[in-house]
Amino acid sequence: MGLYLLVRAAVLVVSTAVASVVVFAVMAVLPGDPAEVALGVNATAEAVAAKRAEFGTDRPLVTQFLDWVAGLSTGDFGVSYVTSDRIGPQIVDRLGVTLWLVLFGMLMAIIVAVPLGTAAAVRHRSIGGLLLSGISQVGVAVPAFLAGILLVFLFAVTWQALPSGGYTPIREDPTAWFQQLLLPSLSLGLVQGAVLSRYVRSAVLDVMREDYIRTARAKGLGLYRALWKHGARNAAIPVVTVLGLQLATLLIGAVVVERVFTLPGLGSLLLDGVANRDLLLVQGTVMVLVVAVLGINFLVDVLYALLDPRLRGVR
Amino acid sequence: MTRPFVRLVAVTATVTLAITAAGCSSESSGGSASTSSLSVGFVAEPANLDFTSTDGAAIPQALLVNVYEGLVKLDQDGKVVPLLAESWDISPDRKTYTFHLRDNVTFTNGKKFTADDVVFSINRVKTDWKVSLKSAMDVVANAAKKDDTTAVVTLTKPSNSWLYKMTTRIGAIFSRDGVADLANKPIGTGPYKLDSWRRGDAITYSANENYWGTKPKVGKVVLKYFKDATALNNALLTGGIDVISTVQAPESIQQFSDTSKYEVIEGTTTGEVLLSFNNSKAPLDNKLVRQAIRYAIDHKALLDTAWAGRGQLIGSMVPPTDPWYEDLTNLYPHDPAKAKELLAQAGQSNLKLRLRIPNLPYAVASAQVVKSQLAAVGITVDIEPLEFPARWLDVVFKQADYDMSIINHVEPRDITAIFGNKNYYLRYNNPKVQELFAKADSGTEDEQVAGMKEAARIISEDAAGDFLFLFPNLIVAKKGTTGLPKNLVSESFDLSVLSPSEA
Repeated sequence: MGLYLLVRAAVLVVSTAVASVVVFAVMAVLPGDPAEVALGVNATAEAVAAKRAEFGTDRPLVTQFLDWVAGLSTGDFGVSYVTSDRIGPQIVDRLGVTLWLVLFGMLMAIIVAVPLGTAAAVRHRSIGGLLLSGISQVGVAVPAFLAGILLVFLFAVTWQALPSGGYTPIREDPTAWFQQLLLPSLSLGLVQGAVLSRYVRSAVLDVMREDYIRTARAKGLGLYRALWKHGARNAAIPVVTVLGLQLATLLIGAVVVERVFTLPGLGSLLLDGVANRDLLLVQGTVMVLVVAVLGINFLVDVLYALLDPRLRGVR
Repeated sequence: MTRPFVRLVAVTATVTLAITAAGCSSESSGGSASTSSLSVGFVAEPANLDFTSTDGAAIPQALLVNVYEGLVKLDQDGKVVPLLAESWDISPDRKTYTFHLRDNVTFTNGKKFTADDVVFSINRVKTDWKVSLKSAMDVVANAAKKDDTTAVVTLTKPSNSWLYKMTTRIGAIFSRDGVADLANKPIGTGPYKLDSWRRGDAITYSANENYWGTKPKVGKVVLKYFKDATALNNALLTGGIDVISTVQAPESIQQFSDTSKYEVIEGTTTGEVLLSFNNSKAPLDNKLVRQAIRYAIDHKALLDTAWAGRGQLIGSMVPPTDPWYEDLTNLYPHDPAKAKELLAQAGQSNLKLRLRIPNLPYAVASAQVVKSQLAAVGITVDIEPLEFPARWLDVVFKQADYDMSIINHVEPRDITAIFGNKNYYLRYNNPKVQELFAKADSGTEDEQVAGMKEAARIISEDAAGDFLFLFPNLIVAKKGTTGLPKNLVSESFDLSVLSPSEA
């Protein structure tokens, strides 16, 4: 167990380091000079040169990279080219929105997937089961932003039941906050739920064929009860793995969904940053996303080991 | 056996319904309670609130006239009218301006507005501003205080455009004690003051209770920012906002065709959608080729197809709100035969041109039409969209590595900057035009109008570019909302006389 975790942690550290190089390199080759974008079309060459010096973008790339990494290691993301504000607090602020979105999206996905997938497995031979499979198949094919557009059209524009976008912090108005998060997380959750339900279905199907379920049923337990008491833990292993991978896609999906619903989260920060060539901001935001995804994968590995004792012995 | 599953579905459905119903009720009660609050939807959010060091149209759009006031401003017809200056005198040599200032004005930091602030603000443009627009203040030799309510500005040479430019952001008057944190804490004399700014979402203004002029009718104005045109439209459809400041896709206007609920206001802007030519590079250095292109384009059809017929045909680089506007749309009537003839005369067959456009909706839509219309006269157009702003600025604007481009030149009176400077990306070099511009700027009002008219005509005859259409100002508002600025003639979106709908 200890060695297993150690190896996983080492992988996490190395991946993060590699990611920082890649993120920086990609930004460095991105066309467009932040100083020119900031100063506008008619700026003089001297003004642009002065701005470059102010930003520090006139220094050698290696120096810029080392400075950036040194800052990151102490939690300092630098200062935005455009707003002159510290980047760290901005990311933390926006992360607040995105995390809620992802959390709610995940919850909705689970709420949708577990009963749907289980029912589809239990009734896999009936018309109802096939229908459930079919629905999830369609759900898998729909991108989250499209689901968002459809949900807005139905709930916001046609029925006028929920706001079409915007964000109010929870401390200002919890009701508005909840209503505004509902549709975006639903559009993330429904799609992810459809994907997840297929894994739940196959996991439950596998478990159903196990001897211990047959034994439990022979002893007089109902199918759902037998599954819950004896099969849940085993069925959970593949589902947790997928859940972890999905959390990463959810995070990325959130970036797009935020745009549809005008949520001031990490995604909108990122897109604005790219448009304004606010490179430090973009680098910082992308790094946070990368670390989040890597971190999730690490946690999945840990959970995996906890759920399946056999794995702990392997290494 | 299946009962737990059924129960779960039932519970989920009930919860969803309850939440939706709750959403319904609180939404409607929220709407009726706030009568003196109004929210306006915009597409471009300011990067920060400091237009002295950050370029971009979004900052003055939000702040100018509303929070910061200048000595003068533009009215809806594009005329320079008094604001913080009650009146001004111009010396006979047209070099000295004496401004008579209002004396009952205070800044939102409580400081009284005097001639000292005028001198401070004008000098600060030269010393502290970073954006390129500051060069409009170069012509000022000296700004001085005569007494508390009189400021005298002396120019190095007569310049009509200077007073005009004083209506833009460079003319904004700052408090001497109010420039410590311009990016976050703007302090001006305007009808509104900044309440809060939630980045990525909204800027909230409240009425300035000590405002010297007519107090605003709306106590709270929220400027809400949307990245996505559909989201902006949806917000008005669902009551999230009261006004769409500028409609991004004219074909979407039909969503607001219910005249009992919405009204659509169409005015003009100072944005000329220009098919720009690289005048210094073959084959577009040949006037015959440029003229052929102008004849080949059916502007009416282009406007109908690309921008749903919204907008106006202009035929020159001058919008109708400028005093030297002249309808030149008949200079190059649609005539494909003539276009082919001119191309033959220029010795051009199988002409291929690179149309490098910014990836903006109007440019993409227009480019398709230009391509098909030019194909009809035998010119092959290769459309290449470039990411805007960064890529387009670099490739087209800076390096002039293009044959043709399409961009909405939104700056007011930008004809001089675009066609009077041979280094501008169109590389149009006509000494006669440059001379006319210079004379017009230093002459009397009549001389200015005559000179500008002549220059605009020469540019159009020369086919230095093709003027596709004047960008419309399309506003959609809840029925009964009044005081909206119909024409977008200045840098600001004037909120000062807004009044909410009674409904």
